[in-house]
Amino acid sequence: MDKPVNQRAWILVLPVVILVAFSSIIPMMTVVNYSFQDSFGGNEFFWVGLEWYRELLQSERLWDALGRQLLFSSVILLIEIPLGILVALCMPKKGWTASLCLVLMALPLLIPYNVVGTIWQVFARSDIGLLGRGMSDLGVSYNYAQNAFDAWVTVVAMDVWHWTSLVALLSYAGLRSIPNAYYQAAQIDQASRWSVFRYIELPKMRGVLIIAVLLRFMDSFMIYTEPFVLTGGGPGNATTFLSIDLVKMALGQFDLGPAAAFSLMYFLVILLISYVFYTVMITTDKADAKP
Amino acid sequence: MTGEATTRRRRPKMRLSAIIMTVYLLFLMVPIYWLVIMSLKSNSEILNSFTLFPADLTFENYRTILTDPSWYMGYVNSFIYVSLNTSISLLVALPAAYAFSRYRFYGDNHLFFWLLTNRMAPPAVFALPFFQLYSSVNLFDTHIAVALAHCLFNVPLAVWILEGFMRGVPREIDETAFIDGYGFTRFFTRIFIPMIAPGIGVTAFFCFMFSWIELLLSRTLTSVDAKPITAIMTRTVSASGLDWGVLAAAGVLTIIPGAIVIYFVRSYIAKGFALGRV
Repeated sequence: MDKPVNQRAWILVLPVVILVAFSSIIPMMTVVNYSFQDSFGGNEFFWVGLEWYRELLQSERLWDALGRQLLFSSVILLIEIPLGILVALCMPKKGWTASLCLVLMALPLLIPYNVVGTIWQVFARSDIGLLGRGMSDLGVSYNYAQNAFDAWVTVVAMDVWHWTSLVALLSYAGLRSIPNAYYQAAQIDQASRWSVFRYIELPKMRGVLIIAVLLRFMDSFMIYTEPFVLTGGGPGNATTFLSIDLVKMALGQFDLGPAAAFSLMYFLVILLISYVFYTVMITTDKADAKP
Repeated sequence: MTGEATTRRRRPKMRLSAIIMTVYLLFLMVPIYWLVIMSLKSNSEILNSFTLFPADLTFENYRTILTDPSWYMGYVNSFIYVSLNTSISLLVALPAAYAFSRYRFYGDNHLFFWLLTNRMAPPAVFALPFFQLYSSVNLFDTHIAVALAHCLFNVPLAVWILEGFMRGVPREIDETAFIDGYGFTRFFTRIFIPMIAPGIGVTAFFCFMFSWIELLLSRTLTSVDAKPITAIMTRTVSASGLDWGVLAAAGVLTIIPGAIVIYFVRSYIAKGFALGRV
């Protein structure tokens, strides 16, 4: 699949470049600018060089938040990707049940982030929530507002509830693109269900799974609103993820310098991990496509 | 005969997958059910008794929202900037995705990754600089400011999804059209766009979705005139104590537009996802 070289294609890309540059490069430059300065009274700035970076790299607060964030994103990927694939495999292929499943599954995706937080808040609260009350009626001690572990379980459950459908819908799309002949061939070969999955369905889903993993990684790594509404980062700092910490610093305490330095490092970490994901997946894609 | 064998072997598996599907859908629906039920209860019932159905059905919470402009204008504002954003994203992403899917050009791979990096940028990083940028060009508290800000993550995503769909259209079609004397614009609008209509539907759905549910940027960039409903909800929660009933009703009302959009694109999602090699 060799595409012809055509430099005039730049004209087609130009609007996107201008638009995204306007909303990305200019703000980014502001952030870079702040990260080397100390603000005083809101409009006086002093050059402080790498001071903020040095301070941040030594602050336990940042490393703790980063650790929590990495743990959270790994848990999310480990649960949502297999579960999403499983759900996609179980979805009806046609008829009204298929439409119904699609509509119901897409519903959580279209709920605003803070409403998701609100839903889980009223669902899990131990005084008015179905889950919270139900758990205590069953004799399980559960209180997400006080127990760090319960808070984690609730935040993870909320994210699984919110986003597994995205993985499932993407996988379903991948599955639907497999021609029936593949399955018939597998049946003639008396292939087991597992080998049908491993050698036909999984390779065909790789393209959409790349998107699913990347999207889920990026979004879980910058999760802000849902845990903010649900737990406010608590109890203590148990669910204070990077974005919550950053907003606290930038808009709460108005520490422009450190917040800007924080932003840049945060962005670079996401960039680095995503780049690794992207390259690994693209190269395996090419390696598998060759033979 | 093979058909009979298939059904016999398939049946236990079908039942298992039906069970898994039911459990999953229940898991999705129960929290939403609780929200809907709560919006139909009075506050005293929410706080004092624990009931699975509202004992005293009331629409008072909805009336509060639908008669107060400071509430319902939030929905109007959200709608305006989400529609603006979806149109802008599609408009600029269509030609760009075509270029990426059809041609190699200087720096194409780097450009593509650079676009994606903007999808990866945490909105929290951009909140403060956006506030200053849009204030300095006098766009603060306008719908277009939020729409443009949301382009940051929606345009790269739109390019990404559309590129996948366009790659699925054989290049021979373009070449044939050009030989037949179609100019680029005419070919693009008359032949190409109708061919990838499902892809455009899916892309619009995603743009709508990500713009509709975003809170951090839309809250930072607005104060009164363009304040989205999601931000109004957070403000009301913190200001007037916790009016659970009204909060739940406002939540339900934010779900409804999403449900309507899904209903309209449902065949597109199924068909679009299946056709496109996303």
